[in-house]
Amino acid sequence: MLAFLALFILAPGTALAATGDPAEPGVADTSQVTESAPAERVDVVARGGPADVELLAAGGEREASILAQEPDDPVDDPPAGTEDEIDEPAPPVGAPFQERLAQTLLTGLQYGGIIAICAVGLSLVFGTTRLINFAHGELVTFGMVVAFFFNAAVIGPGLHIIPATVLAVIVGALLGAGLDRGLWRPLRMRGVGRINMFIISIGLALLIRHLILIVYGSRPGNYTDYQVQPVINWWWFSATPRGLWVLGLSVIVLLAVALMLERTRVGTAIRAVADNRDLAASSGINVNYVIMVVWMLAGGLTAFGGVMFGLTQVVAWDMGFRLLLLMFAAIILGGLGKPYGAMVGGFAVGVVAHVSTLWFPAELQNMWAMLVLIVVLIVRPQGVLGRKERVG
Amino acid sequence: MSDDTTAYTPLADVAAEPGVAKPDPLLKVDDVTRAFGGLMAVDVSHLEVQRGAITALIGPNGAGKSTLFNVLTGFDRPGSGRWWFDGKKMAHMPAYRVARHGLVRTFQLTKALSRLTVLENLQLAATGQRGEAITAAVFRPLWSRQERAIRHRADELLERFRLDHLRDEFAGTLSGGQRKLLELARALMVQPTMVMLDEPMAGVNPALTQSLLEHIVKLRDEEGLTVCFVEHDMDAVMGISDWVVCLAEGQVIAEGPPQSIGTNPAVIDAYLGKQHGTPPAEELTS
Amino acid sequence: MNFELILANGLHGALGATAIAFILAAIGLNIHFGYTGLLNFGQVGFMLVGAYGAAVSVEFGLSLWLGILVGIACAVVLALILGIPALRLRADYLAISTIAAGEALRLFYRSDAAEPVTGGVFGLTGVGRDFYDLNPIPRGSYDFGVIEMTSREVWTRSVGWGLVLLAVILVYFLIHSPWGRVLRSIREDEDAARSLGKNVYAYKLQSLVLGGVIGSIGGILWVVHRQSVTPDGFDPVVTFFLYTMLVLGGAGRVLGPVIGGLLFWFILRSFETFLDEAMRAGYIPAAIMEPADIGAARYVIVGIGLLLLMVYRPQGILGKRKEMVLDVR
Repeated sequence: MLAFLALFILAPGTALAATGDPAEPGVADTSQVTESAPAERVDVVARGGPADVELLAAGGEREASILAQEPDDPVDDPPAGTEDEIDEPAPPVGAPFQERLAQTLLTGLQYGGIIAICAVGLSLVFGTTRLINFAHGELVTFGMVVAFFFNAAVIGPGLHIIPATVLAVIVGALLGAGLDRGLWRPLRMRGVGRINMFIISIGLALLIRHLILIVYGSRPGNYTDYQVQPVINWWWFSATPRGLWVLGLSVIVLLAVALMLERTRVGTAIRAVADNRDLAASSGINVNYVIMVVWMLAGGLTAFGGVMFGLTQVVAWDMGFRLLLLMFAAIILGGLGKPYGAMVGGFAVGVVAHVSTLWFPAELQNMWAMLVLIVVLIVRPQGVLGRKERVG
Repeated sequence: MSDDTTAYTPLADVAAEPGVAKPDPLLKVDDVTRAFGGLMAVDVSHLEVQRGAITALIGPNGAGKSTLFNVLTGFDRPGSGRWWFDGKKMAHMPAYRVARHGLVRTFQLTKALSRLTVLENLQLAATGQRGEAITAAVFRPLWSRQERAIRHRADELLERFRLDHLRDEFAGTLSGGQRKLLELARALMVQPTMVMLDEPMAGVNPALTQSLLEHIVKLRDEEGLTVCFVEHDMDAVMGISDWVVCLAEGQVIAEGPPQSIGTNPAVIDAYLGKQHGTPPAEELTS
Repeated sequence: MNFELILANGLHGALGATAIAFILAAIGLNIHFGYTGLLNFGQVGFMLVGAYGAAVSVEFGLSLWLGILVGIACAVVLALILGIPALRLRADYLAISTIAAGEALRLFYRSDAAEPVTGGVFGLTGVGRDFYDLNPIPRGSYDFGVIEMTSREVWTRSVGWGLVLLAVILVYFLIHSPWGRVLRSIREDEDAARSLGKNVYAYKLQSLVLGGVIGSIGGILWVVHRQSVTPDGFDPVVTFFLYTMLVLGGAGRVLGPVIGGLLFWFILRSFETFLDEAMRAGYIPAAIMEPADIGAARYVIVGIGLLLLMVYRPQGILGKRKEMVLDVR
């Protein structure tokens, strides 16, 4: 078995060696965008339609028309190859290693800040309700898309991105509260088990994600403000003002969350419920109220993170899901249920993903984050900051 | 109740001191420690459990009794220490192998396998089942005879414990007391050399307690089974045990025949002193 | 509105190769989740390695039959690798790590780095010729009442359903054996099983391997049927579909994945056709939905379906409510 494992680990290594220098970060990997571009929905179920022509050419038979409807057919879901683009400037080709390292650290922190903001909500929800909310990624997309509606949508009011963001955060918080009141609380009252709740959150994720797809459409879009910006170069770093703002705002928001958790009554109540629900309840804390606040916080934070994600990349219907796995990596790295761990973990995951591009192709950056997640779960399941809690 | 213990004589000449050696120890424990964070939960320098005897393990809450159980049966890892069961080294052995060596434990919170029937619970417990290997499982003839024998044995045990009318019910539908009986019956299916029962009377009504106690005594008398049990119910402890070990703050502070324990000043101190919970008078005489 | 078409497409969907592939994967998942309690959310990974194992072998000149063995071997390796987290992690943590593993694999197979072997984003084609060459059924169209099938379809579906039957029989005998009893005890309470002398790790690994191999056979069938494979067909949504199928039919019942699969694909395909027909007939205004959205609408109803199932009938069609109530996990 060790031999197999070794093979498995060596194979990527040798494959990479074979391809020579990894792709320079920042060069948009166009192959992912061109392959199976969002096709016009082919009229596939009707016989005698255009689908048949295409299929006969391929030597297939009528059955192939059913094939085109596979949920797993690339034609269905435009791949968000965009997720692998790094919008921030790449270090100049041929720059010395320290410069490239510094630049990827910066972009990694920018990316990580977004992950951290979204992951904190996930961590707080887990801490207080022990639910691993699979639909969290969709909350990100939701916020992103709502802001798009207010800002760039043809049928929307065309507000500047800043008020649009504020509105998106409010709507996001309302969605969070709505989900808690309408779905999670009744389920908690019924005593539905953790595993079942987890699967329910998956159904919810599917539902929200594809509703957004229907309403928003499959084509990625952009906000109207802060799109084209000059790059600021300073020493080893280059960044757009937008990128720096995103990083700065992330840090400020995270600090605000930390302050809230430590200094306010609600924050303390949240920490109490996360620590020991029954004890908190018997101390007079209204647990249901606290949980609703947590959900509102989660909804608002992810909406904010979503807007920033959309600013630095694109606004697309499946951006949230890509971020979800990274969020999982962040909260596991930092320790499940530890909001500060989620913050640190978020930055760490972002950095790992971006720094990996120094040696490996950009398209693999998420793979590294996945591997980090798996390794941490196996080796130190309580996370870097976590206390030893039974995960097995 | 008290006459039961006089029938068992091998421990009659053993001094009532912590860590004392026994004439025929089945379980020997040396320097076992287990710490949680900064707290030393278990710190047993020496302990021996006599073969064929019923030994009770008592002590105030948090004394480390369940932790000791977990460590000895492979469900937890000690910080240090060695112990031998029937002459074999047990340290670092995974829990399932400990059980296969004949040392079987039950759990404080019963682990009835809810969605298996009562009968299946017992059938599961039999050891050495050929049909449990995946390669053999597909070919029914390879294991059907053994399966029938196991079923027969299970039925006998069910009758003995008066659970036979619940044979085909899901174990999850059993009451608390019935589950305790089920766990005991299940442990016996393994045909163990020693059973370690973690609070077998917890949450059981008095009538059933009596029945359980009688079963335990019969196990010693009729099958020569060695029993070690953790209990808070002092009547039970005094009533059936041949030997009592008292743990406090992870250490063995007293050992001896049941009568000596009740008056032992160290034991009284342990239950008194810094413990939260019922005052000593109630604990020892309830 | 052509209701006959809706019905026919539904039937084609339920009986077709995609359904078969998914049902095989769901049978494997049933062993993991339904019987052993392993929340394996990387089942799509087994389909992936199986499909690619076969495809890559054919690409490199081996016969398809050898390719199938290679695919299965890959599944065994993956099972052993997934075994490492599976042995130690509790349900929902295992779910996350297995999703991550499945995604990591897919990203890797998709990458430029792997392209020389796996074809990267574009995947591989030309797989499965050997299979169709074996087709004994003469060319032509065959009428089965409401639906018609080509000879290829008849061949593929016969072989496919034959495989499903074999898998179901195998699972039936294994589950109703002492081995199956140990699996179920692990599902209920691992520590209890350990305290009775069962080597829980070994059984979990065996369960992973068996379920993974069956899943990989589903993947192989799928690639042979389509004659091509791309990595984007194997994203986590597939595993969610598998869970929906399994929960619908009843997890922990031998026929659960089959019934669930048949129903799932029937509903999905007929719903798609229904929407399409409704749009043609003008019942659905373009403002709400366009033909391009039918694909997404499909997922929406899967999502809603899974939600409603888990809330109102988590035991599925074949499951017993009594047992569900006893599920304390």
